[in-house]
Amino acid sequence: MIHVEQLVKRYRKATRNAVDGISFDVHAGEFFALLGPNGAGKTTTISILTTTLAPTDGTATIDGHDIVREASAVRRKVGIIFQRPSLDRNLTGEENVRFHAVLYGVYPYAPSYRLMPTAYRQQVEELAAIVGLGDDVFTPIHTYSGGMSRKLEIVRSLIHRPRVLFLDEPTSGLDSPSRRSLWSYLERVRRESNTTILLTTHYLEEAEQADRICIIDQGRVVSYGTPSAIKADLVEEYVLVDTADRAQLRAELATRGLAFSGEGPFRIELSGRGTHAVLKSIDTPLSIVQTHMPTLEDAYLEIVGRTDA
Amino acid sequence: MHELWAVLAIAHRDLVKLLRDRTRLISDFIFPLIIIGVLGTSLQAGFGEVAGFDILTFVFTGVLAQTLWQSAALGVISLIEDRENDFSQEIFVSPISRYSIVLGKILGESLVALPQGIAIVAFGLVIGIPLSLTALLALVPVVLIVTVFGAAFGVLVLSRLPNRRAATQIFPFVMLPQFFLAGVFNPVGNLPWFLDIASRLAPMRYAVDLLRNVYYAIHPESVDVALAPIGTNLAIIGGLFAVFIVVGTALFVRAEQNR
Repeated sequence: MIHVEQLVKRYRKATRNAVDGISFDVHAGEFFALLGPNGAGKTTTISILTTTLAPTDGTATIDGHDIVREASAVRRKVGIIFQRPSLDRNLTGEENVRFHAVLYGVYPYAPSYRLMPTAYRQQVEELAAIVGLGDDVFTPIHTYSGGMSRKLEIVRSLIHRPRVLFLDEPTSGLDSPSRRSLWSYLERVRRESNTTILLTTHYLEEAEQADRICIIDQGRVVSYGTPSAIKADLVEEYVLVDTADRAQLRAELATRGLAFSGEGPFRIELSGRGTHAVLKSIDTPLSIVQTHMPTLEDAYLEIVGRTDA
Repeated sequence: MHELWAVLAIAHRDLVKLLRDRTRLISDFIFPLIIIGVLGTSLQAGFGEVAGFDILTFVFTGVLAQTLWQSAALGVISLIEDRENDFSQEIFVSPISRYSIVLGKILGESLVALPQGIAIVAFGLVIGIPLSLTALLALVPVVLIVTVFGAAFGVLVLSRLPNRRAATQIFPFVMLPQFFLAGVFNPVGNLPWFLDIASRLAPMRYAVDLLRNVYYAIHPESVDVALAPIGTNLAIIGGLFAVFIVVGTALFVRAEQNR
């Protein structure tokens, strides 16, 4: 559905590439997360894919359409929730939705809600009910809470039934209850419409829900795959052991071919072996056994921390 | 058809915004009244007899054209506000043609400028400017041309502006000289050659002159102060309009995409 190859973007007057040769693929119906710290190049990537920013180099296609040469066809197929809310705050919720529907050619334009086609009014009523806006959909946006605005943006972005929905840090600035309800709504959208979703986030727990994750940092892909594959790739699992007789243990580890480091305590890399199997093979009585099984979050923080330093 | 609906939607949005913005509505009405009432009347009292023609009418026709032209231009420049409020993203990511966006904005801001025109005409009637029904009807198409032309000029200016601060800074340089070069308050028929060239380069001049042409054709009792025939004005306005739109849209799109 989305194919990105060696994408590069250098902003004017910038000294380094904001996006520095990124490649990835997203399958139809997939929930895909671009994960990375602030400034990693996530928004830049999304802007290029939604044709609002011209790439410096590289290519990308969406549903077979080139994002530069067939920009108009791409725009028809995608919906986007921008990082910063992009509703007109002087208009009502419904007027914002109507504006969008007309711009995407879903309905002809009429200057008032009553004059719009019945199908449109039905759709708005349903959507307002789903999002929990009710009659508030007819009040100006500046009376909405952050969570309500966000949901309305999602409603709006789905009205032209996009094949791909881009969500650029949709939960930033929302409190946890709003975040949770937004997620359950998105889950539902995904189940019901089978829309491909590309999410950017710097929250790992949001990315972990995805089918696949692409971690980027400083414009480059750091890791790419399913959450469990990424975990295997990034997370180093080891067991720390110590004993009263270190010389004997060192000799034993060497003869058994167990890679280790340290002068005591010794660090034995598990590299896929079970902790139990490793411990069972050691005869020297151990005084300390400490397993190190970090979470994906620990690994992610380590990557981010490494580059921040 | 889809593009036409989109143009209408964009235009209507501007109109709705105006109607919900009371402060702007009120200031729209008051500013031209001050200019015509205070400036026109005092000029008439001071120089009216020397000049040999009705300065109040001269200023009235000038201000009518200038206000409509400038207000439409400024309205389009307000697109910069959308960019800062992040609403322009929503428009730019949609599948409509970039020309439809610009045309919708031009149409919308032309409509937004019209209430001001009505206010000025009403005020003109109150202070006794000769305005026959024929003249009023004849001014309708002129007013539309002037606003659309002004809005197109706005597109060109906007395409070179990075942000709102730049817009406020550049405004006096783009607009104020044109007040005088276009002859809103002052006759520009006998300018020294260098000012004459500058005057001919000021787009607002042709808007003002077109409106005066039509007005003085219907009210021949006033001394005709028009500079060029209607046809010449229309041809120049048409040409400039096309250039403003094509160049302005191209530059604007480039500025959005090649950051």
